[in-house]
Amino acid sequence: MNTQHTFSATNLSVARGDKVIFEGLNYEINSGQLLKVVGPNGSGKSTLLKTIAGLIHSIEGSISSDDHVITKDRDWISQNLCYLGHKNALKKEFTVFENIEFWASIWGNIDKIVLSMKQMGITYLKDTPVRYLSSGQARRAALARSLCHTAGIWLFDEPTVGLDDQGLSLLSDAMKGHMAEGGMIICATHVDLKIDESMTKTLNLADFSSSNALKTDDW
Amino acid sequence: MHIFFNICKRDIQLSWSQGSSSSMVVAFFIIVVSLFPLGVGPEQNILARIAVGVIWVAALLSCLLSLDRIFQADFEDGSLDQYALNPLSLEMVVMSKALAHWLTTSVPLILMAPFLGILMNLSNDAFMPLIYSMLIGTPALSLIGTIGASLTVSIRRGGVLLSLLILPLYVPILIFGVISVDTLTVGKGGNASMLILGALTLFSMAITPWAAAASVRMALD
Repeated sequence: MNTQHTFSATNLSVARGDKVIFEGLNYEINSGQLLKVVGPNGSGKSTLLKTIAGLIHSIEGSISSDDHVITKDRDWISQNLCYLGHKNALKKEFTVFENIEFWASIWGNIDKIVLSMKQMGITYLKDTPVRYLSSGQARRAALARSLCHTAGIWLFDEPTVGLDDQGLSLLSDAMKGHMAEGGMIICATHVDLKIDESMTKTLNLADFSSSNALKTDDW
Repeated sequence: MHIFFNICKRDIQLSWSQGSSSSMVVAFFIIVVSLFPLGVGPEQNILARIAVGVIWVAALLSCLLSLDRIFQADFEDGSLDQYALNPLSLEMVVMSKALAHWLTTSVPLILMAPFLGILMNLSNDAFMPLIYSMLIGTPALSLIGTIGASLTVSIRRGGVLLSLLILPLYVPILIFGVISVDTLTVGKGGNASMLILGALTLFSMAITPWAAAASVRMALD
């Protein structure tokens, strides 16, 4: 992470069913930068993040890290990308700690659990079953789990949903820490993450909305 | 490899904590089999004649009951997205979940089968063959069931569709499961049907990872 990396997409087009969500999308970020993905509802923010994570296949274009095309490289993705979607992927039956521990051990990173729970301010919930958490607390637990990943690139889809002001500033601090270590973050959000403008790039998906999509809307 | 066993262990824990769905499957198995003496009547010869078939059919239906939990909960809470991105390939994740399903569903059924054999007046020579044939045949039930569960995961209320998809595929396992008990009990005809049963299990073991992983990927798309 000491050297500079770039993470970019070229001419990316994605369709769901018959409808093209966005086309000709390009972005490029460097180590230590945040790419803020904005756009109206339905403009494809979640779709873009899932495409980058390899969960959805693009119909055109490629995603690459430095000069390496990662689109089909599952091993690279599993080591270097940490994805957090709308859903928290927490099991209601288990405690917060058990939930985080399961994924941390899969990622080979058990020693980061305590620190990441502290970073999100949920240490006191350690032994609480997830079914008793509020939605904000559950979101914090999911974020704490993501912080256990060693990946250099974070893909967060609306991470702030349900978070209170304190949670938001804790998240913002964690993101700043990650970027200071040379990490990259791609984050779909509508709120101000309170991160230095000079480190932030903004990608407005409304600029890439497909002409086809507009036609169907008119019709 | 430790990831494989972690996922398996987690699924086993979940199946015992989720309102204990494993124990409900066993209870269903017992109740279905015990309906037959009530319905057919206490004629011992008839019961002994149909015992193996009844126990196999009941095991098959009980197995079917618990299939939807293999992927459904993980799909709904987003864990399946994380499984698709974890270092272990999705093919192995699928196998680990199938193993967990077999351990939590079929193994309790196999342990319970001899007691239901007594209830059905199963002949003394047939107890061990019944256990052997279930040990060899039930992994195929879990494996083929995993394919069905992965195909219906993105469908709300996919349970009925799952049964329609899977039950026809269970027919060969049922046929050879029952025949192998009969031939082993009588002691003639060799163990050809047992070998075919084993072949069915091995065949489903070979195709399940690819088929189920591919349809999970389609569900996530």
